[in-house]
Amino acid sequence: MTPPLKQTLEIPVADGEAERYSLRMGPQHPATHGVLRVDLELDGETIIECKPQVGYLHRGFEKLAENRTYSQALILTDRLDYIAAMANNVGYCLAVEKLLAISVPLRAQYIRTLVCEMSRLCSHLLWLATHALDIGAMTVFLYCFREREILLDLFEELCGARLTFSYPRIGGVRQDVTSYFIDELQRFLDIFPSRIAEYETLIDTNRIWLKRTVGVGVVSGDQALALGLTGACLRGSGVDYDLRKHQPYDAYDQVEFEVPLGSDGDIYARYRCRMEEMHQSVHIIQQCIDQLPPGPIIGLDAPDLVMPNKVPARIEAGSSTYGTGLIRLIRDRDLYLSGDIYVATEVPKGELGFYFISDGNNRPYRMHIRSPSFIHIGALATIAKGEMLADLIANIGSLDVVLGESDR
Amino acid sequence: MTILLMLVQIIVLFVLVMLHVAYATYFERKIIGHMQVRLGPMQVGWHGLLQPIADGIKSFFKEDIIPEQADRPTFMAAPIICLVAMMTSLAVLPFAKGWVLADINIGLLFIFAMSSLASYGVVLAGWASNSKFSFLGGLRSMAQVISYEIAMGLSLVGVMLMSGSLNLTQIVEAQGNSILGMYLLPQCIGFFVFFISMLAETNRVPFDLPEAETELVSGYCTEYSGMRYAIFFMAEYIGMMVMAAIGTVCFLGGWNGPFAVPFFPPLWFLLKIYLFMFIFIWIRATLPRYRYDQLMDLGWKLLIPLALVNIVVTACLKAMIG
Amino acid sequence: MESMAIADRLRAEFPDEFLDTVTHQGQTAVIIRPGRIVAILRWLRDTDDLRLNHLRSLCGVDNVRRKDPRLSRFEVVYNLYSIPLRHEIRIRAEVGDKEPAIDSVVGLWSGANWLERETYDLMGISFNGHPDLRRVLLPEDWKGHPLRKEYPLKGKEEWTGITELLEKIKELDQHGFDPAGHAHGQNQPDEEEP
Repeated sequence: MTPPLKQTLEIPVADGEAERYSLRMGPQHPATHGVLRVDLELDGETIIECKPQVGYLHRGFEKLAENRTYSQALILTDRLDYIAAMANNVGYCLAVEKLLAISVPLRAQYIRTLVCEMSRLCSHLLWLATHALDIGAMTVFLYCFREREILLDLFEELCGARLTFSYPRIGGVRQDVTSYFIDELQRFLDIFPSRIAEYETLIDTNRIWLKRTVGVGVVSGDQALALGLTGACLRGSGVDYDLRKHQPYDAYDQVEFEVPLGSDGDIYARYRCRMEEMHQSVHIIQQCIDQLPPGPIIGLDAPDLVMPNKVPARIEAGSSTYGTGLIRLIRDRDLYLSGDIYVATEVPKGELGFYFISDGNNRPYRMHIRSPSFIHIGALATIAKGEMLADLIANIGSLDVVLGESDR
Repeated sequence: MTILLMLVQIIVLFVLVMLHVAYATYFERKIIGHMQVRLGPMQVGWHGLLQPIADGIKSFFKEDIIPEQADRPTFMAAPIICLVAMMTSLAVLPFAKGWVLADINIGLLFIFAMSSLASYGVVLAGWASNSKFSFLGGLRSMAQVISYEIAMGLSLVGVMLMSGSLNLTQIVEAQGNSILGMYLLPQCIGFFVFFISMLAETNRVPFDLPEAETELVSGYCTEYSGMRYAIFFMAEYIGMMVMAAIGTVCFLGGWNGPFAVPFFPPLWFLLKIYLFMFIFIWIRATLPRYRYDQLMDLGWKLLIPLALVNIVVTACLKAMIG
Repeated sequence: MESMAIADRLRAEFPDEFLDTVTHQGQTAVIIRPGRIVAILRWLRDTDDLRLNHLRSLCGVDNVRRKDPRLSRFEVVYNLYSIPLRHEIRIRAEVGDKEPAIDSVVGLWSGANWLERETYDLMGISFNGHPDLRRVLLPEDWKGHPLRKEYPLKGKEEWTGITELLEKIKELDQHGFDPAGHAHGQNQPDEEEP
């Protein structure tokens, strides 16, 4: 038996200083929502210093996108925030459409709005489930998954995938909605508000839940702006910033909804904001179903896979080699304008922005993704400092980070 | 001959308790499963009835991992301390009139002593693992045990005053005269304090801080695996049972029921224990977890003062009424 | 306020720093010199009728293949948005060809901390006055900056850290850390138990 490695639990103590206990949480840890690592310096259980470390899931999407055509890079966005992949797809498509000046039919806009909000429900349900589980409320976790399952089944009905959809296309969406989908979605909308009430009875008025969330992880409005927080984290601090209202995209200017605002900026305020957002999402989806206009689902100038009967005449002649089902448009240099564009959408986690530079080629010259999770994790150090170890877990849950999006 | 008889009784009790522990896990998984709109174990045996046996066999044959840096003797002793302490407390529990292994005069104190010893197991496990998460779990457990042992001890003083004894059998018999044949109503404050301390003492939700999985991975038993982990598990469930038994004996009138059951006198006692166990599980399915400092606040600022008030009031009433 | 109007205000306020404006699809970008970036952004943030208080994104761009004589090799792009006034502007700071560097804006937006670290990590643009300029997404000992155009898609070589990791595993093996070899798939179950 060789001598053991030099590593024991001895804690060095400097004169007049509190004893520090360094703890490395993650990258494998039940509550870090993926592969987040947090290096902590503790005094007892109080956090003196908190250093989040990311990058374990870095796949170089920005570099990859530079080497793929616009429609090929779409699938990369599925893997950003895989909880709400649909919202990322829509954000990406909107950015490319604006960059290349491609129009989207009204029906496709409505469908996109609808799936974006479904995505928001999915994401918020998963957030609530894991956030509650982090704080110890185990049953909410399974209740949320019950409803999320219905949504995933609906997505499967819509596009055949449950996690990585790639359903929206540049210039529209991939397939039309079926009447079965609409019926099932309507049934879901009818029951879902009562299910939200069910979660709320379990945790909303629970004394322990309130003790763990009220006044914990407080971020003031100015601080939240400086830290770059967006989404419910910013609105929980009382700043009215929702891109669906500020820079409406798709059909968001056609539907009515409210932006719930908090005031205290603590975990409870963020929690209430997201719970109210779920009600608003239901409201938006209902309006989308009611107002869904007839028409095509993909624009004629879409540089993408389109159904044969939608192919513009000028390309049809040369396209016979591409089989009977789907026809790939021949890359037309005129389609690609040069210039740069920043388009942001309100995804469940916050503001997801795409900054594109096009040099007229059929591949992006540069694609930068402004991912809310990355910025939120960066803010974690400031928010968690001086609080207890257990609050750190609650804060991570409350910021609602997804490491796939953070690390890209 | 009496020693032999005693041995047989001990073995019977041991086997029954082990079976009980195994099926308590099944009970818990099934109940929580149904509360959480799922089914719980369904695969092994009819409705998963053989699942506890399968789990036992699995953990028995699992690889036994001891971390390189662990303090080996302490690491190995810790789960056994837990189990032994919990098992020993079973000796003084009166399951029915005369159904008790050791009818000693200081039964209640003995159980306290043993449950305090069990917490040494947890603290030592946290220390000996030489893992940061285990260490924090051990520390939390130490703080929690110190605060809640006091509250729990004080909450039972009222019962001792009313019954005038520390012998568990006599405590049960003394309850015969009070309302409903139990001390639940006269000692309602005591019961309230006892019930909360009981949850904390057994490390159950909402006080499961020493093993809070989302914060400390698995707390003091992070580094344990296989049979050693199973021993901690058993100790926890026996602990739940012992605490439920104390609650039954001191507040719910022990084996007394609306009518006497022929052939199987402990029936009421067992039913009351299962009621407690059910409430344990129900709470686990419902409540979130307290934070460490809030737990301390609750213990020192609410429960201990309440228990002290209860003692004074009980003593005064006892002195006045006689 | 229209983006063009903001650009005109900026030109009037900082004539020496101003280089050009570019408009594409209604979005206006102002190309500036990097020297007084903190002053410009503070002015944009704090002026009463501009109040561009939200730093939406900060990223670096490698212009080596963009055939535009106005642009230098590297630039840093700031997308700003005013939440109260609902207007936006893009600032593109040309930061030079070799050893690109620009002043850090962490003092204005503390959230820029990680964005600048990311730009440093992936593009190799350094930020003067940054409190903690380390790599953020890639390992500390990574060589090169992947988003530069000369960096090949598949990378140049294997990350050097992997050899260190393999050596570490061997060293641990010598201490009997992993006798069964589970960690790297060499199953030799009959070795001594610790």
